[in-house]
Amino acid sequence: MEAIALLKQLSEAEGIAGFEGPVRDLVRQMWEPLVDEMYEGNLGSLIALKKGSGPEPRPKLMLAAHMDEVGLMVTDIEEGFLRIARVGGTDRRVLLGLEVTVHGRRDLPGVVATRPPHVLPKEERKKTVPLDKIFVDVGLPEEEVEALVSIGDLISIRRELSELKNRRVAGKALDDRACVAAITLALDRLSRIEHVWDVVAVATAQEETGLKGALTSAYGVAPDLAIALDVTFAEQPGVNKTGTLPLGEGPSIALGPNFHPKLVERMKDVAEDREIPYHLDPIPGRSGTDAWAIQVTREGVPTLLVSVPVRYMHQPVETLAAEDVERAGRLLAAFVADSEVGLLDEIAWKVGE
Amino acid sequence: MILRELSEAYGVSGNEDDVRSILHDAVREHVDEVRVDALGNLLTVKRGTGEDPMRVMLAAHMDEIGLMVVGHDDKGMLKVRAVGGIDDRLLPGLVLSVGPDRVPGVVGIKPIHLVESDEMKKVSKLDELAVDVGAKSQDEAKEIAPLGTYATFATQYRELGGTVTGKAFDDRAGCAVLVELLRGDRFAFDLHAVFTVQEEVGLRGARVAAFAVDPDCAFALEGTIADDIPKEKEGSPTTRLGGGPAITVMDRSFIADRRLVRLLTSTAEDLDIPHQFKQPGVGGTDAGVIHLAREGVPSATVAVPSRYIHSPVALLSLEDFNNTVRLMRESLSRLTRETLE
Repeated sequence: MEAIALLKQLSEAEGIAGFEGPVRDLVRQMWEPLVDEMYEGNLGSLIALKKGSGPEPRPKLMLAAHMDEVGLMVTDIEEGFLRIARVGGTDRRVLLGLEVTVHGRRDLPGVVATRPPHVLPKEERKKTVPLDKIFVDVGLPEEEVEALVSIGDLISIRRELSELKNRRVAGKALDDRACVAAITLALDRLSRIEHVWDVVAVATAQEETGLKGALTSAYGVAPDLAIALDVTFAEQPGVNKTGTLPLGEGPSIALGPNFHPKLVERMKDVAEDREIPYHLDPIPGRSGTDAWAIQVTREGVPTLLVSVPVRYMHQPVETLAAEDVERAGRLLAAFVADSEVGLLDEIAWKVGE
Repeated sequence: MILRELSEAYGVSGNEDDVRSILHDAVREHVDEVRVDALGNLLTVKRGTGEDPMRVMLAAHMDEIGLMVVGHDDKGMLKVRAVGGIDDRLLPGLVLSVGPDRVPGVVGIKPIHLVESDEMKKVSKLDELAVDVGAKSQDEAKEIAPLGTYATFATQYRELGGTVTGKAFDDRAGCAVLVELLRGDRFAFDLHAVFTVQEEVGLRGARVAAFAVDPDCAFALEGTIADDIPKEKEGSPTTRLGGGPAITVMDRSFIADRRLVRLLTSTAEDLDIPHQFKQPGVGGTDAGVIHLAREGVPSATVAVPSRYIHSPVALLSLEDFNNTVRLMRESLSRLTRETLE
């Protein structure tokens, strides 16, 4: 499996939070040959079981990455132009000049635009354009727009993956499809390596609107351990270096109350044993990732977070090093392969000994 | 439709080679003379039938706005400056084509999660932005995109149904209109069709071309602003998409010759060709320097209305385009020395 090919398909697929259909179909197709069972959760997450070789009942390790992306929605139609609202944390500073697809009665190509600078006062040209002055234009006559588009229709950002130098790629939904790719690479490896634990891979829905797919699918899966995968801030111009990670120097293992300290140590050992470079990512509280929801499912789940550094998050040019995705995939597969039957006892909190 | 090829071609001011090659191939069979001057203007002559001794100049500019690499930082990022009127508001989030090999480069800004609320309101200035081509070091960045490398929007031409989007319709739309006119029959006079360079940095090419051609009258062909998007205070849309070719009466660069304007409007009225006046006082074109060549040249500007010019996704109506070609062809076939008396 080639990482950039996976990233290209995943990044370019449509799947706004709550409407993950197209990307879910793609992931189902990718995972089909690699897993034993698959089903769709009530909120749209895709849940796949890859059985381990240990004696039943086998412990379950959940791997979760979200497949939804941020997008736009039609709120009104004015003179044939579409007014828009954001779905998830779409950054209004990057909307102008985008090509989009409006999911009307049929899919309509369109562009995101505002008044040209030539006709504006100089001061206005220096201000971020507010959402009420931004429109989507599908280039059709007003009557046709009225017939084809309704309030509430979704608008996907359209952006091909750009292959930059040094196997770096830029695309619109690498948050968090990069990690769906990492899980896919891990599943591929696990189909060739023996592992005793059951692995449940989940492409979660509605992360961008509040970790909802992770919350509900973790309840359904009831895992013994969970590893969430998400993107984290990479070093980039204009951003304070503290709290960011270098691009292309491996995934990060997160530290903090959201993560089980013994699992963190174990993951570090696995990385060192396989000579996979990694960084530590201290997160003092809310991680803002699926790990936050999974940790408090049912009676509580020991949870980890592995992250892939990404520049320009929530912009249609999210940029990462393909190597970091491959390393995350190798790290996950190695962690699973090293998980023995007694792992849960080993990491359990001990008192009075 | 040649507009597709022209729109996707790479031709920032001072670097119009690709566009010039495409246009040369497109018109060589339809003109009698072709030459390229010292600045890079493509000058062609389509001889007339000999009935009228006039020299009529038609001009459309080949260049587009873009960016130029002016530095490389120690992380391998490219620092860039604007070539022509770049709208800073729309750079974040874009993919650019950098250099002749069209290396993809992206423009990202500080993630929304890390931005203070007052920072959200400000547009990043160009000198605060950087272009990321994936280089890991300053040396690698210099090798990929040396100082002076040009960059342009990486968008493709797309059909929306009656309308089309793409970059550089200002002024590849005008170039495409001129190609269509050259592909038609001869006029009574000699037609000097000029594809100019460096309009976006100050009408540089048209100035010397007009001197060389020394025309009796001239028309600039443009892709001009259509600002017909909804807005709070009802102001002029400048031009309106679907309203037909836009005829300029006066803009920031010149006052159009009244006799030529009358020729255009009466032709349009006689033949029921939709047309509109561009809101006076906005914009400027090559006509701004052509009308000042030598002892002065009666000039006019006709433009295809285009939304979102100077953006990666300009949008125009093919019906307006066809009506512009038609209005120009019919008006030129009525143009005689008497028109100017």
